[in-house]
Amino acid sequence: MGLFTNFLKRFLKNLFKKKKEIKLGLYGPPNSGKTTLANKITMDWIGEEMGNVSTIPHETREIQIKEQIRIKSKGKELTFNLVDTPGIATQIDYEDFLKAGLKEKQAKRRAKEATKGVIDAIKWLDDMDAVVVVLDSTKDPYSQVNITIIGNLEARKIPVLIVANKIDLKKSDIKKVQAAFPQYDVVGISAKYGKHINDFYETLFKVTNR
Amino acid sequence: MLTLQFIPHSEIRDLSSEKKIHKLLRVVKEEKIVLLEGKLSSSEKSELIRKTMEEIDDRFKGIEIEELDIDKKDKAFLDKIRTILINFILGSRKGLTIIGPATIIKEIKKDPDKIQLFTEETRKKKKR
Repeated sequence: MGLFTNFLKRFLKNLFKKKKEIKLGLYGPPNSGKTTLANKITMDWIGEEMGNVSTIPHETREIQIKEQIRIKSKGKELTFNLVDTPGIATQIDYEDFLKAGLKEKQAKRRAKEATKGVIDAIKWLDDMDAVVVVLDSTKDPYSQVNITIIGNLEARKIPVLIVANKIDLKKSDIKKVQAAFPQYDVVGISAKYGKHINDFYETLFKVTNR
Repeated sequence: MLTLQFIPHSEIRDLSSEKKIHKLLRVVKEEKIVLLEGKLSSSEKSELIRKTMEEIDDRFKGIEIEELDIDKKDKAFLDKIRTILINFILGSRKGLTIIGPATIIKEIKKDPDKIQLFTEETRKKKKR
């Protein structure tokens, strides 16, 4: 009986102990810079990129995962599986891809893949341990896509860090993003140029309680 | 022709989330703009987006969705709704959700003082 009790105690302890690594998702609308940020993180810590980037929306159309990324700073450490997701949108029109220079067959295929990508991104939300919501700081943060993503994370009590990306651009307005989501940590960065990326990592430690 | 369909809260109150979404999307796919009394929960909105993605084809490109908070004191807004929907009263329930086909609604802009709903028809009239 003693052996069984010990086994049970150990089993329950392992079940509820703090996870060594977490699933960290990058979520947001299309073209906000999720994959650019993903590439910045993976280049910084494991020396390789994660995905392709493009000015054409919905470049990422499948869930991309990079496992066992360990970040360290000032005695703190965080290990995570980075999950880069397709941008979430309420509409996808293949004609937009035609305007971007794709041929009709390519454009229709991209649109079909993009719709599947959005569906997958929504499904995977439940599995995340923490989420970085990447917003384009030159755009209106009050979109229903942003509100829906953050509302779902709040309902599931998933820790959230909001990144106001593209601060290198003139129209960037971090204050607007902060005002839209005052209950969350908002970090302004340029994922493309690595501006304030250390602030991002420090806030990530804070949000994930490391 | 632009068609607006007002759906009162009472019509969807007793529906499951799945049936609610199905009903809303069915109306939108008929190329109508839905004015839904009340708001959808975050999980209902993500379900609406998910279902919308499943329905997208060459004809249906998705939706535009916007939420509006109505102040009972905002008579200008209430007057506007009455003008659009002709003689109804929203009652004491706050909030309105607008869902429309993406191809018809080019922009929905939210303004606390007045609502401007831009549609292709409005723009065509302005060009004339």
